[in-house]
Amino acid sequence: MALGLIRPVVSRLGQSALVLLAMSFVVYGLMGLMPGDPIDLMIAGDPRLTAADALRLKALYGLDRPWIERWLGWLTQALQGEFGYSRLYALPVAAAMLPAIANTALLMVSALTLSLAIAIPLGLWAARKPGSAADILVNLLAFASVSVPVFWLGLMLIVLFSVSLGWLPAGGLNTIGGPDSLGDRLAHLALPVSTLALAGLGQFARHMRAAMIVESGRDYIRTARAKGCSPVRVLLRHQLRNALLPVVTIVALEIGGLFSGALVTETVFAWPGMGRLIYASVMGNDFNLALSGLLLATAMTLVGSVLADLAYWQLDPRVRGR
Amino acid sequence: MKAPLSLLAGAALLLLLTAATLAGPLLLPDPEAMDLAVRLGPPSADHLLGTDELGRDVLARLVQGGRVSLAVAALTATLAALFGTAIGLLAGYVGGRIDSALMRLTDGVMALPLLPLLIVLAAADPVRLGIPPDLAASEPVAVARLAIIVACVSWTGVARLVRGSTLSVRARDHVRAAEALGAGPMRVMVRHILPDVASPVVVAATLSVGHVILIESALSFLGLGLRPPLASWGNMLTGAMDVVWTAPAMAIWPGAAIFITVLAFNLLGEGLQRRLAPSLCRR
Repeated sequence: MALGLIRPVVSRLGQSALVLLAMSFVVYGLMGLMPGDPIDLMIAGDPRLTAADALRLKALYGLDRPWIERWLGWLTQALQGEFGYSRLYALPVAAAMLPAIANTALLMVSALTLSLAIAIPLGLWAARKPGSAADILVNLLAFASVSVPVFWLGLMLIVLFSVSLGWLPAGGLNTIGGPDSLGDRLAHLALPVSTLALAGLGQFARHMRAAMIVESGRDYIRTARAKGCSPVRVLLRHQLRNALLPVVTIVALEIGGLFSGALVTETVFAWPGMGRLIYASVMGNDFNLALSGLLLATAMTLVGSVLADLAYWQLDPRVRGR
Repeated sequence: MKAPLSLLAGAALLLLLTAATLAGPLLLPDPEAMDLAVRLGPPSADHLLGTDELGRDVLARLVQGGRVSLAVAALTATLAALFGTAIGLLAGYVGGRIDSALMRLTDGVMALPLLPLLIVLAAADPVRLGIPPDLAASEPVAVARLAIIVACVSWTGVARLVRGSTLSVRARDHVRAAEALGAGPMRVMVRHILPDVASPVVVAATLSVGHVILIESALSFLGLGLRPPLASWGNMLTGAMDVVWTAPAMAIWPGAAIFITVLAFNLLGEGLQRRLAPSLCRR
């Protein structure tokens, strides 16, 4: 499979690089429109600065040049791995982002796994008899999951499990000052992951159901039954394997949406991930961090969807030959 | 043909919601009137759903927030539908390079993590674009600003559906006849293709309203959409989150309102899809 894959993967990665380039350009321009100017902030912080000092500072940081020129300067630096300094975290941008990337990846991968682990059986169950009570129930559940605002779902879980029952912590990575144990970390992971997984599973369950119904009418199912395969084997070995293909495509398309959900979830649960970092840096006028964070989030999303496409190639021999 | 149950349920829910937001202000107290003596008060005869952290009537604010949220959603969905239809028609009818460029753009926007991007867009200061500060802070401008920002990223679904339908309509006899009679591309697209793709536009626009409400409420929740004192369901939840340990019930109503509204639009959209464009049922 390896050789046939190189071309499409290279072209997809090339497209992704173009998207990132265009995005850095647009976002760089938008940053200039945000309220608050780093020099103004410095002047506010130190009343002894004069207007002449401000001009000198502007020249020092290159803020007196047109923004296209500044963007080119930023790009040259970024391509050499220099993303600048985060004022908010008082760290180089890469160092500020590193732990956040790991936290978001943990949150998103766990949520996606849980979501699929629930949605696939639900889709199978609903597709067994279209129009049955089970089908209607799953359909309602899917509608609810697609329609629920993620932040409210998170708040409701906090109200139920943290405020009323007191079973689970309401936010953070672990208990501050407490012993750093696996159980404690898992307890802190439970609510954010459930929130994100519940909000995503409706989409997956609907597509799973639809794909199973389409596949159930195919000739190969009848052949498998005719040769005496047990119903369970037909369902799991024949029908499910084919029906999973469209679900893989949906997963690839949904990664961007999952990241948006993760941003809101991280805000509600004080989870120190990329989403919260981007939000905090935009609100705190930390341009370097905001720009790099946004580009990194986009890059993660694009790479995620390329990976899902690779999985598709791996799963479906028919597209490999092309 | 019997109307699908989801269509009826969605329409009924929306009628109820609209009636409530229209009739509410006549019957309820002023949503911005504070009564600091009854902060976070329980439900009572004066305040049916209790009062918030500043002693304002929760039900009245819920109704005011609903009016604003629905207005933003309607405006956004209309803008997105107009833009998406234009892109879809152009891509589907002209074809070739323009088609592939427009569809690349559509796929590109669809794949982006939209919320972080919207945060940057929403954080841009309208004053720096030359809009006077007092005008920029007024309610209609705030609503329009939010609608335009959200519409920038929510036109993709409509564009794809319209392009698909345009491709099939383009080959029909009446379009070929119009072309043979010498009608220009603009006229063919607007007069001959647009009426035939109207139902997918309606379906896609309705389905997008739910999505738009979710985005708007998330932005307002994060403090970047509609800002207090203007109530919106999203920013009411920001207030509720701060008092979740002392008054957990505060968080229930605004979110439930968003949930029910989005559910209603999704049900309505699916019902319309079954009724108007059954061929699009499997997207």
